[in-house]
Amino acid sequence: MNSIKNMIETAGWPRIIIGLFLLSLFMVAPLVGVKVSTSIHDTIVRFGRNGVMVLAMVPMIRSGCGLNFGLPLGIIGGILGILISVEMELVGMSGFLTALGLGVVFAAFLGWGYGILLNMVKGDEMMIATYVGFSSVAFMCMAWLLMPFKSAAMVLSYGGSGLRTTISMDDFWTDLLSCSLLDMLPDAAASFFSQLDISFLYKILPDGLVAWAVSVVQFIFLEQAMGMILFFGFMCFLVWLFFRTKVGQAMNAVGQNPDFARASGISVDKMRVLSVVLSTVLGAVGIIVYAQSYGFVQLYLAPLYMAFPAVAAVLLGGAAVGRVAIVHVLVGTFLFQGILAMTPSVINSALKGLDISEVLRLIISNGMIIYALTRRTKEVR
Amino acid sequence: MTGDDMTDDPGGLFRCEGISKAFGDTRVLTDVSFSVGRGEVVALVGENGAGKSTLMNICFGMPSIIETGGYSGQLYLDGQPVRFGSPKEALEAGIGMVHQEFSLIPGFTGTENILLNREPVNRSLLESVFGGRINALDRPRMEERAGTALSKLGVTLDQQTHVSQMPVGNKQFLEIAREIDRSRTRLLVLDEPTAVLAESEASILLEAIRKLAADGLGIIFISHRLREVMELCHKVVVLRDGHKVAEMPTRETSVRQIAAFMVHRDKEEAEEQRVAKDFSAAPTALSVRHLWVDMPGERVDDVNLEIRENEIFGLAGLAGQGKLGIPAGIMGLKPAGGEVDFYGQKLPLNDPRACLAAGLAFVSEDRRGVGLLLAESIQMNIGFTAMQLQKQFLKNYFLFATVDEAALEKNALKYIDELAIKCSGPLQKAGHLSGGNQQKVCLAKAFTLAPRLMFVSEPTRGIDVGAKALVLNALRRYNQELGTTVVVTSSELEELRSVCHRIAVINEGRVAGILPASAPLEHFGLLMSGEEVEPEASAPCGEAVPAEVGA
Repeated sequence: MNSIKNMIETAGWPRIIIGLFLLSLFMVAPLVGVKVSTSIHDTIVRFGRNGVMVLAMVPMIRSGCGLNFGLPLGIIGGILGILISVEMELVGMSGFLTALGLGVVFAAFLGWGYGILLNMVKGDEMMIATYVGFSSVAFMCMAWLLMPFKSAAMVLSYGGSGLRTTISMDDFWTDLLSCSLLDMLPDAAASFFSQLDISFLYKILPDGLVAWAVSVVQFIFLEQAMGMILFFGFMCFLVWLFFRTKVGQAMNAVGQNPDFARASGISVDKMRVLSVVLSTVLGAVGIIVYAQSYGFVQLYLAPLYMAFPAVAAVLLGGAAVGRVAIVHVLVGTFLFQGILAMTPSVINSALKGLDISEVLRLIISNGMIIYALTRRTKEVR
Repeated sequence: MTGDDMTDDPGGLFRCEGISKAFGDTRVLTDVSFSVGRGEVVALVGENGAGKSTLMNICFGMPSIIETGGYSGQLYLDGQPVRFGSPKEALEAGIGMVHQEFSLIPGFTGTENILLNREPVNRSLLESVFGGRINALDRPRMEERAGTALSKLGVTLDQQTHVSQMPVGNKQFLEIAREIDRSRTRLLVLDEPTAVLAESEASILLEAIRKLAADGLGIIFISHRLREVMELCHKVVVLRDGHKVAEMPTRETSVRQIAAFMVHRDKEEAEEQRVAKDFSAAPTALSVRHLWVDMPGERVDDVNLEIRENEIFGLAGLAGQGKLGIPAGIMGLKPAGGEVDFYGQKLPLNDPRACLAAGLAFVSEDRRGVGLLLAESIQMNIGFTAMQLQKQFLKNYFLFATVDEAALEKNALKYIDELAIKCSGPLQKAGHLSGGNQQKVCLAKAFTLAPRLMFVSEPTRGIDVGAKALVLNALRRYNQELGTTVVVTSSELEELRSVCHRIAVINEGRVAGILPASAPLEHFGLLMSGEEVEPEASAPCGEAVPAEVGA
C-alpha cells in the first residue's frame, strides 16, 4: 500500500491523470475507426519532432533563470541557419549539418545577449523572457522581408524579394533523420533478424501473446521515426552528461542556491549567461529537427507559438520553475504530444462530418498549458 | 547576588512578577521580577540571548509569545493584574514600544508617520453612509499634535519632510513621538534606541528621555552601552541566561560591576584548554588593515587585525556589532574595502574565488542560506567546493570530465566517521539533516579544501550540547594536526574562551580590544560595552594593533 502511495507521489497526480486519459484515448481509438498503429506513429513522430525544444528548457531552469519563454529567440537562430543552408542550395546531410552549425552559432550569439539581459532583471526572468520572445519575433517579421535572400524556393514569387511565410524543405532535406532501426543495422544483422525462425515460440506461448509481441518488435524495428528519436535521445544524453561535469554542477548550484555558489568561488552571472546560451542553442537545434520532420519552415509569427507548448510539456512532465530532470522532458513531451495527436483524431472520427481538428488542437493545447501551469509543483528550496 | 530585594513600591507603575517562559524545551526566562515606577528610567541589560527581547515581547503581548504557549507569572500595571493578548491591548493599556528596527513609511511625512491611523479628521455627512474611513484628514490639527509630541521630546525637526529624506536620528525621534502621541502611554519601552545614532544624536535622545521621565512616564531602556545606562537610568536590571542576576540603583554600582554581572559564569570550565600559547614569534598569516564591510546588520567600519600562523583566533562581540561582517567581507561575500594580506600576498577583496584559491575557507553562520545545497546529497555538498576549485572528485575522459561519485563517497564517508555525522548515508539530502549535522557537513566541506586558514562563523549556533563539543574538538584537532589557522566568530564568549588563543572583541564595527583567552571575564564584558580595559590586560601579541575603543 505504501509503495503504491510512494509510486503515485513520485509520478505525481497530473501525470497519472493525463497518462490515464491518453491511455483511454488509445483504447477508444479503434472503436471510432482510428487505426492504433497510425495513432502510435503520430505520437512518436510528434514526440521526436518537439523533444529538443522541450529539452531547451532544461539549462535555464537548472541555473535558476526560470522557464525559457524566450525560446523563439533560439528558434530564430535555427531558422537563420536553415535559410542560409537553403540559400547555399545544400541538400541532404550536408545541408542539414550546415544548418545545424550556422544555427548553433547564431543562437549562441543571440543567447549571449539574452543572458546578459536576464542578469539585469534577476527575479523577473520569466516575464522579461516572454517579452524577449515577443519582441524578437516582431523584429524578425520586418527582417524576414528585408533580408537579401535570393533562392527561388524561399522568396515571395510575385515580388522577387522578401521571404515567404512557409518554406518547403522538400527539395532539400525533409525527413533526413527518418530511418528505422532495421535501416541502421548492418546488412548481415538485418538479414539475420529477418530470417529468424520464431515458430517455436508459438508452441510454448499463447498465440495471441506471440502475435502481439511480434507486432511490437516489428513496430520497433520498422518505425521510421526511430532515427529522429535516437537523435533526440542523443541530445538528452549530451545535456545529461553536461550536468555531470564540473561546469554543469556549478550551473546546478547557481540555480539551487546562488549564495552557496558564490561562496564556492563560482561566478553566478557567467553561469547564468552560459545556461541561457545553452538553452537558446538547444532551441535552434530543436527547430532544425522540427523542420526536417515537418517538411516546412514557418517564418513570421510562427516562432511565437512554439514557446508555450514546450513550457507546458516540461511542466506537465513534472518540472518546477526551479527543478527539472531529463525524465521530466521525456515524460512531458510524450504526454503533451500524445494528447495533442490523439484527441483531435479520435473526437473528429467520433463526430463524423465535422472537421474541427484544428480548433480542437488549439483548445486542447492551450487547455493543457493552463492545466500544467496551475498544477506545477511548488518550488522546493 | 546583590540587589535581589523586591522593591514593592506602592506607587509603582509597572511590575513583573515571577515571569517564566520556555520555547519548547529551552527555558529562556526563569522567575524574573522587577518593577518600574512613575518617572523612573530602568535599564535592562544582558548579553545576546539573555532574555531581554523575550521579556519585552511578553510585556507587549506579542503573538510570538502566545503562539508558543504563553508564559507564567504575572504583570501588574498600576497595581492591577494585566495579561495582554495582543500588542493592541498593550497599546490601549498604555504601553508604548520602540523597536530596534524602524517601522516608518518612507514616503510619508514626519507628521503622517507620527499620527498614522490615529489622524484627527473633519467629520462629514458621508461618514453616516460610508463609515469613519471616508472622513478627510484635519491637516492643521495633525501638524499641531505632531508638534506637541515632538516638543515633549524637546527636539525640533521639520515634521513635513518625507521620512526617506531624514537622518537616522530624526527617524528615531519620530518613532518615540508616535508612542508619546498616544495620550494613554504611561510606560515606554525603548529597545537599543541609540544603536544607530551618532554620539551627538544619542545625547539629544538621552536628554529627551530624561524629559519624558520628568513628565511622569515610566521608561524601560534596553542598551548595551553601559555608559549611557549609568548616565541616564535610575536603576539597572541585569539578565543572564534568563535569570535576573542583579537589580540595583545605578548610583550604587559601576560599569565594571554591571559588565561582570552580565558575563559572569558560576563555574570556570575547561580551564586546561586555555593554554596560553605565545604566538608573538609566529609569522603573520593574515593581516587586515582598515577593513570596512557593507553587511546589513553587521557593518564593519574600520578593523585592523594581525592573525598569527597556527593560532585559533576568536572574534567576539554582541550581535549587530560587526563581528560576522569581518569574515564575510574578507571572503568576498559582502562588499568590502581596505587591505588584507595573506602570508604577505595581497588578497583581492570581493573575489571569493581568489580567496579560496589562496587557501582560505569559510564556514558561514548561515548554514542553510550560504553553506549548503539542501537538495543535494551530503557527499556532493562536502566535495562541491573542492571539485570546483581544485578539480578534485572528477573522472577524466578524453575531452571532458564528469563527477566521480565513488571518490566523493569515499571522502564523505571519511568525514561522516571523523565528525560523527548522523545520517542514513552519504547520499542523504543535506536538507534532511538536523542543524548540528548540517554544521558538520559545512565543516567537512571546508576541511576537504585543506585550507591554510579557516574562518568559522557561529560554529555552534542552534545545535545541541553534544554536537557543540564535537564541532569545537574538530576545530582544535585540525588546528593542531594540520596546522590550520582558525578564526572563530561566535556570540558565545565561553565557547571562544575554551577554544581560542586570543580573542578580539568587536564593538560598533571596530576592534575594541584584543585579549588572551585567559583574561578575566569582566574585561570582555567591558570591551563589549564600549569601555576601555587597562593596557596590561591586553594580549601579549596584540602590540601590532593598538586596542581601539569604540565610541
